[in-house]
Amino acid sequence: MRTLAMIRRVFREMLRDKRTLALMFIAPLFILSLVYFLFQGNTTTTASLATRNVDSSMVTAIKNKHIKIHDVNSDKSVKTIIREHDYAGMLSQNGDKLTLTLANTDQSKSAVIKQSLQAAQAKLKGQAAATTIKTQAQALQKMQAALGAATHTPVNATTNVGNLKAKLGSTSYTTKTHYLYGSKDSTFFNTLLPIMMGFVVFFFVFLISGIALLRERTTGTLYRLLATPVKRGEIISGYLCGYGTFAFIQTLLIVLFTMYVFKIQILGSIWLVLLINVLLAMVALTLGLLISTFASSEFQMIQFIPIVAIPQIFFAGIIPISSLPGWLQPVSYIMPLYYGASSMSAVVQKGVGFMDVLPNLSILLLFAAVFLVLNLLTMRKYRQV
Amino acid sequence: MTEVIKVTNLQQGYGKRIILNDINLNINSGDILGLIGPSGAGKTTLVSTIMGMLKPKQGTVTVLGTPMPNRKLLGKIGYMAQTDALYSVLTARENLTFFGEMQGMSKAELQKQIPYATGIVNLNDDLDKYVKDYSGGMKRRLSLAIALLADPELLILDEPTVGIDPELRQQIWKELHRLADEGKTILLTTHVMEDAEQSSYLMMIRGGRAIAQGTPDDLISQYHVNSVEEVFLQAGRDQDAHTSND
Ligand SMILES: Nc1ncnc2c1ncn2[C@@H]1O[C@H](COP(=O)(O)OP(=O)(O)O)[C@@H](O)[C@H]1O
Ligand SMILES: [Mg+2]
Repeated sequence: MRTLAMIRRVFREMLRDKRTLALMFIAPLFILSLVYFLFQGNTTTTASLATRNVDSSMVTAIKNKHIKIHDVNSDKSVKTIIREHDYAGMLSQNGDKLTLTLANTDQSKSAVIKQSLQAAQAKLKGQAAATTIKTQAQALQKMQAALGAATHTPVNATTNVGNLKAKLGSTSYTTKTHYLYGSKDSTFFNTLLPIMMGFVVFFFVFLISGIALLRERTTGTLYRLLATPVKRGEIISGYLCGYGTFAFIQTLLIVLFTMYVFKIQILGSIWLVLLINVLLAMVALTLGLLISTFASSEFQMIQFIPIVAIPQIFFAGIIPISSLPGWLQPVSYIMPLYYGASSMSAVVQKGVGFMDVLPNLSILLLFAAVFLVLNLLTMRKYRQV
Repeated sequence: MTEVIKVTNLQQGYGKRIILNDINLNINSGDILGLIGPSGAGKTTLVSTIMGMLKPKQGTVTVLGTPMPNRKLLGKIGYMAQTDALYSVLTARENLTFFGEMQGMSKAELQKQIPYATGIVNLNDDLDKYVKDYSGGMKRRLSLAIALLADPELLILDEPTVGIDPELRQQIWKELHRLADEGKTILLTTHVMEDAEQSSYLMMIRGGRAIAQGTPDDLISQYHVNSVEEVFLQAGRDQDAHTSND
C-alpha cells in the first residue's frame, strides 16, 4: 500500500520532469548513435568482391550499390588474388558450399560484404519458397483434376511435385567465412556495442536514481517521510519499482534501437539481453541510492561519476581484461559492469544461453542485494528504528 | 487526563557532542507545550528525540505509554518539520494525499480530511496548484495542513508560525486551542513570545538545558515579573550568573 503510493509519486515526479525524461530516454540513444558513427566508419563505402564459380543467380542477388563484383577465373590462391587486386573479399563456390574470404583490413567493408551475402541468401530463399508454393498449388490443381477424372492416377501427380522440388533444392547454400586479418569479432563497433549498451544503462540509472534520492535528502522530504510509520524497506522498494520501471523502458528502447536502427544482429535471446540490462539497472539503482548518502549536493553527486561510473568502462572488456597489467586484473572483479558487459558481449556476439551467463547474473544480483542492505542501514541515520 | 509525553533525565547529542542535558518533562492530554529558546538551543533535537527519530543517549522517552523510539507510534503523531519538506513538482493536493497515505490513511479518510485541514490554513483555493508556485508562507501552511491531516492524538509542530501573517496566526491558534479542548496534545517550538503566551505549559531551553518550566502564570509569579518574555530574560541571566560562578 505505502510502496504503491511511493511508486505513484515517483511516476508523477518523473513524468513531469521533461528534462530528466529526455536524459533517461534520448541521451542514451544519442550517445550510442555517436559511438556508431564514430566507429562504424563510412557506410557509403563500396567494397570490391571477387567471385569464382558462383551461381549467376547468387551473384545477381548479391549485387547492390555498395558492392563491386569482379568475376575471376584464375587458379591462384584466394590470398594471392585478394592481395594482388586489393579486393575486400572473395567468394568462391564448390557444389552448394560457399566460401567467403574477407581481407578484413577495413572492417566496414567486411561488414558490407557480409550483410550483402546474408541479404542475398535470404532473397534467394524467399524466391524459392514462393516458387515452391506456386508449383505445389499447380500440382494440387493437377491432382484434383486427376482425381476427378479417374481414381487410379494420383501417384503420377505426387511424383511431379517431388521432381519440381528437387530442381529448386539447390538454392540452400552453406557458407564458411575466413578472415585474412583479424577475426569475425573485429568490427570495433560490434565489440563496443554490447559494452556501451550496458554502460549507458548503468550510467543513466545510477545518475538519475542517485540524484532523485539526494534531492529527497536535501529538501528534507526523506526525513519527513521517515516521520511517518513507513518502513525503510517500503521506501527503498518504492524507489526500486518506480525507477526500475523507467530503467526497464530505457533498456527496451536501447535494445530495439540497436536492433532496428543499427541493424545489429543479436545472436542470443533478446530476453536474455533485457534480463542482463535489467539486473545491471538494479545494481546501478541501488548503488546510486547508496552513493547519494555520501553526497550533500547535486554537484557532489556528479563528483562521484569519475570515481564510481567511469572506471567501470575500462574494466568492462573494451580492453581485454587479459591484456591488463596483472595487478590490475582483479579490480575488474569488483566492477558490476564487468559482469554485465561480458554477459552482454557473450549473448549478443556469441549467442550463448541462459545457463552460460547464470554465474555472472547471480553476481549482479548479489551486488544489488548488498547495496540494498547497505541502503537500509544508511537510512538509520535519519530514523533510528 | 492521561500522560502523553514523559521525558526523564534525557541526555541527547550527535556523535560525541552533547546537545541536551537533564531534560525532564511530563505532558498530559489537552496540554499545549511551548518549547521556547534561541536558535541552536536544541529545540529541534528534543522534538526529534520525542518523536523517536533519535535514540536517547541516556534517560527515557515515553509517548502515549510507549517507550520511544517506536515506528508504529509515528502513525499517531502529526508532525510539521522546521523546514518545509514538500514535493515541489506535485500539487498541494498530491502532497497531502501522499503524506496521508504514508501516515496510513484510507482514501475515504483523505477525502474527508483534506478539506478540513486545508480549511484551517486557508489553502482551499490553491489545492491544485503546484507547490513550486507557492510562496514561502503558503508552503508553511501546507506543511501545517499535512500535520493536521490525520487528526492525530499528538501534534508536534517545529516553528509552525514562522512566515505566517498575524490574522492567519490567530486563526491557527484558535484551531489549536479547539483541538486541545478536545483532548489532543500539542507540542510546538517557537522563539516568538506571542506563541509562548498562548501555550498552557512552557519549557525554556538555553544552551541545551531547561532553564525554566511551568505554566505561564506560575512562571510569572515565580520570577516576580510581568510577562513571559521577562521570565525568559531573567531565567537566562540566572543561568549566566550560575555558570560564571562555576
Ligand atoms: N544532525 C545534526 N548533526 C550534528 N549536529 C546537529 C545536528 N542537528 C543539530 N545539530 C546541532 O545541535 C544544536 C542544536 O540544534 P537544534 O536542535 O536544531 O536547535 P534549535 O532547533 O533549538 O534551533 C546546534 O548546535 C546544531 O548545530
Ligand atoms: Mg530548530
